[in-house]
Amino acid sequence: MYSYKHKLFLKRIRRKKIFIITFQLLILFIFILLWQFLSDYGYINSFIGSSPKRVLQTLIKLYNSGDLLKHIYITCLETIISFSLATVIGIFIASIYWLFPIVHKICEPYLTIMNSLPKIALGPIIIIWVGAKMSSIIVMALLISLILTIINVHHSFVNTDYNKIKLLKSFNASNYQIYRYLIFPGNINGIINALKVNISMSLIGVIMGEFLVSKEGIGYLIMYGSQVFNLNLVISGIIVLCIVATVMFLIINFIENKLIKNKK
Amino acid sequence: MDNNILIVNNLGKTYQTINEEIKAVDNFSLSLKDGELLSIVGPSGCGKSTILSILCGLETDYDGSIKLSDGKTLGYMLQQDSLFEWLTILDNCLLGLKINHTLDNNTKQYVINLLNTYGLKDFINSYPSCLSGGMRQRVALIRTLATKPDILLLDEPFSALDSQSRLAVSDDVYRIIKKEHKSAIMVTHDLAEAISFSDRVIVLSERPCHIKNIHTINLTNASTPIKNRECKEFNNYYNLIWKELDFHV
Ligand SMILES: Nc1ncnc2c1ncn2[C@@H]1O[C@H](COP(=O)(O)OP(=O)(O)O)[C@@H](O)[C@H]1O
Ligand SMILES: [Mg+2]
Repeated sequence: MYSYKHKLFLKRIRRKKIFIITFQLLILFIFILLWQFLSDYGYINSFIGSSPKRVLQTLIKLYNSGDLLKHIYITCLETIISFSLATVIGIFIASIYWLFPIVHKICEPYLTIMNSLPKIALGPIIIIWVGAKMSSIIVMALLISLILTIINVHHSFVNTDYNKIKLLKSFNASNYQIYRYLIFPGNINGIINALKVNISMSLIGVIMGEFLVSKEGIGYLIMYGSQVFNLNLVISGIIVLCIVATVMFLIINFIENKLIKNKK
Repeated sequence: MDNNILIVNNLGKTYQTINEEIKAVDNFSLSLKDGELLSIVGPSGCGKSTILSILCGLETDYDGSIKLSDGKTLGYMLQQDSLFEWLTILDNCLLGLKINHTLDNNTKQYVINLLNTYGLKDFINSYPSCLSGGMRQRVALIRTLATKPDILLLDEPFSALDSQSRLAVSDDVYRIIKKEHKSAIMVTHDLAEAISFSDRVIVLSERPCHIKNIHTINLTNASTPIKNRECKEFNNYYNLIWKELDFHV
């Protein structure tokens, strides 16, 4: 089926990929080994710097007590709730902005202020108004991810190819029809890109919220660890967070590939 | 209206922008007979697209009057094919029908027949990215034809194509228009294209455009655009109109 040259070409690509992955794993491996070595021989104060072994022990202990999964579950739940809310509300508001540009013009300065305001500054107020519970964490995360979702989705809406709009107008399409047939379906890529930003913003917001509310979740784990000066717990929390963030990124990527493949 | 299906009188258009007023069209008139192919040539930026935009209702603020015979409709086709990449070729062609709420089995079958007839049979369920530039332009034409307009407004329909497929596609489009018994107004800045394509050529001045001259094209043994270029009168027309266009390079 394929020529010898093509096989060779594919082989070279595969080899390069394997080489890259091997190197990536090697870096991780060396890092862990070095870390363990430095703390074993006292170059790092293992009370402050922890060590891979201690992290692993901490994680196992947490897992056995059932706390680990509980905290992961709470953080994921909060992230998914605020991500979904930000997605639905964000796309809705961006659509309103596109359908009624005057509304966008009126709201624009407030949106800009909200976007540049460090949302953590609102943390104390949110806790007082909403209470020290999960809902204030979600409000916190929503504030961070919603504004960016609106801005990104709207940006992609207004950059729609004007010739396509002209085409639909020549069919006497109404504004709503232009939205329905062109603006929304034509900007799925832009929306997915906005959602990629949205998911990491939601996670940032949730962790910030958990720092403040300090009851449960991975953010709480890290905060608690630092308060009782248990650096093993802090670093374990950070590592779990890395894994959670990576898994979320992979899921969004998977959905994106699915959506794009369906069109080809 | 004696067999004119479109009469335009003293059309004028001035664009308002924050810094200035741009007068694009000045006192433009034309009449179009049933089945006639009319070309409008003029230097770029003189207001040709503006005229077509006004005719098909994209610009509403203008001077003068436009009279369309009862029951006649217009279809618009642009230089960019503007196919929607996320829709199949068939769905692209059905867009106008969906928007006008006239999509039913009959109209759908009509579109499918058009696609079959004009060499797109195997691509009905493909996506635009699979098609060559010339095929995409043919799809764009069928998308315009789907709503059964009587008059086609073509705005530099072949400019985005390379010179080779440009000739072939203009030949195709000509055949399709003739076979479907349409009238057309084509805007172009390619003089040879205008002469080989149409019954009359309107020459416009620089912006704000007004009519410099109207030429009726009579070619012996006229047939399709590619062959028309070989007629003996073709060069005479070309030289004559070229001087009128007076391009300042
Ligand atoms: N929406 C608009 N607002 C302001 N000026 C415009 C607009 N559209 C076109 N023009 C101006 O009107 C003139 C004619 O444009 P156009 O009709 O596109 O020319 P052509 O199609 O002959 O190249 C140009 O000078 C252009 O800059
Ligand atoms: Mg133009």
